Amino acid sequence: MQTSKDFAREIRNVTLKMVYNAKASHIGGAFSMADILSVLYHNVLKIDPTEPDNENRDRFLLSKGHACTSLYATLGLKGFFELKELDSYAANGSKFLAHTSHYIPGVEISAGSLGHALPIACGLAIAAQKKHKTWKTYCLLSDGELNEGSNWESILLAPQLKLNNLILIIDYNKIQSFGFVKDVIDIEPLSKKFEAFNWETYEINGHDHEELLATFKLCDNDGPKPKVIICNTIKGKGVSFMENKLLWHYKSPSEEEYNQAIGELNL
Amino acid sequence: MRTAFIKELIEEAKKNKNIFLIVADLGFSVVEPFIELFPDRFLNVGIAEQNMAGIASGLATEGYNVYIYSIGNFPTLRCMEQIRYDICYHNVNVKIIAVGGGYAYASLGASHHATEEIGMLRTIPNLTVCAPGDPEEMRAITKFTSAHNGPCYIRIGKAGEPEVHKKYDKSIAEVKSGDILNVINGTDIAVFSTGSMLDYSANFISNNSLKASLYSFPFIKPLNKNQFTDILKKYKRIITIEEHQLNGGFGSTILELINDLKETKTISSYPEIKRVGINNAFYSIAGTQDYLRKLAGIELQLNYFEL
Ligand SMILES: [Mg+2]
Repeated sequence: MQTSKDFAREIRNVTLKMVYNAKASHIGGAFSMADILSVLYHNVLKIDPTEPDNENRDRFLLSKGHACTSLYATLGLKGFFELKELDSYAANGSKFLAHTSHYIPGVEISAGSLGHALPIACGLAIAAQKKHKTWKTYCLLSDGELNEGSNWESILLAPQLKLNNLILIIDYNKIQSFGFVKDVIDIEPLSKKFEAFNWETYEINGHDHEELLATFKLCDNDGPKPKVIICNTIKGKGVSFMENKLLWHYKSPSEEEYNQAIGELNL
Repeated sequence: MRTAFIKELIEEAKKNKNIFLIVADLGFSVVEPFIELFPDRFLNVGIAEQNMAGIASGLATEGYNVYIYSIGNFPTLRCMEQIRYDICYHNVNVKIIAVGGGYAYASLGASHHATEEIGMLRTIPNLTVCAPGDPEEMRAITKFTSAHNGPCYIRIGKAGEPEVHKKYDKSIAEVKSGDILNVINGTDIAVFSTGSMLDYSANFISNNSLKASLYSFPFIKPLNKNQFTDILKKYKRIITIEEHQLNGGFGSTILELINDLKETKTISSYPEIKRVGINNAFYSIAGTQDYLRKLAGIELQLNYFEL
């Protein structure tokens, strides 16, 4: 039987192929969140690829829309659409834009400009709360994106409204557009910040599938607080020469790099 | 108009369980009756307009018809990208309400002068842009937006504007998208007024016994092209008036539309057009709304009415 780790490997393979074919960017951030997506879509989210708009589904909102490739790969592998449709990624006329698009089955919102998904996620969580629905809202943010003030407006409000059905995930890969997070705007101590803002706070290894799954289970509680899972991750995780390198926020792999990456992913 | 808005919204909310009101910590002594009746469909998100717009988008996705309410530039310019992207690009059912259009908060200074938002908002696809001219139009526009499925912006003046249509024995029970409302019937020259300039324009025409027509434009976008074309054909001169910058505002809308009608040969010629509005300036002087309007040149002159 396929494990979430097998699934993560497939996600990275499909992602790499998309980025390589389209000569696209942002593979580093797509890889850092691949294990999170894998555990979410393999084990956690209550979703049905044949009914992407089922009103009782869990909602997953990707805020770092530039890392859309691994989400598209995840959804394609899950059967939300034909996997081969991804061959058109970023090509003329394709609906698979290089940022998430809500016109793709399974994608809840379009994102591209940072700091937009969490307020929308709060709106969804409020709706579920008002309507006494049991589905949950998951929202995945990047670390650099925490520079955006709009996120902090939501981070202030969610505990006030007791949005315990909201699970925020931070892909803390320590790198943002222009360098290391700690050198641009150090967001440490991040866990303490969320605790001080009255969030139920977890800090884990975002590549450890057991820990991810266990933490998502812990978040399934009736306590009053919204949940945040700070996932310590590595940008470019899975391909040695991409790991922890700012360059792979921008660069597309050459043929040689592509072949080496394929080799490493499938060791 | 503020009062007319909340009263009508309450009436609509009684019938429509999906109407939801969010404020960004403003609306004191306005929205309380709504909160009392519908505590479960009201939210104060605090002083955080970007969050308010995003939350509204989320709630609308889940089936609510969400009104977001604040004053001046806060629910518009402050969260313009959320309006464009979260609301209009996703084409969700959110109604943006800004109280204090133009110089309604005159002496509070430039931060509170809402004089550019129409120009910005009317460039955004999917968004209906409204500026009702008196309490009756306000009620009709509120009713319209409660039934309309899609994003709308509504510019409200303040409190205490007089009923204009009633004064001229007209009544506006309902408006359809793009409706243009005739207030005074005259010849040769017509004043096209939007938003709170209506009362001033009506008084100017009446007090000076001018033979001009007056039309109120509660919609700036879209406009009913057929109705507009029929009106246009009757006049030799049009005077547009708005409490907004001339650049990109209501008068610009009229010019663009006329140009396009001419280009597509729907009309063969068109009238002279005089635009009245703010001429690319900020004002840093205290005073009443009337004082600032005058200072900014938002006033009609008798010679505009001489052919
Ligand atoms: Mg990062």
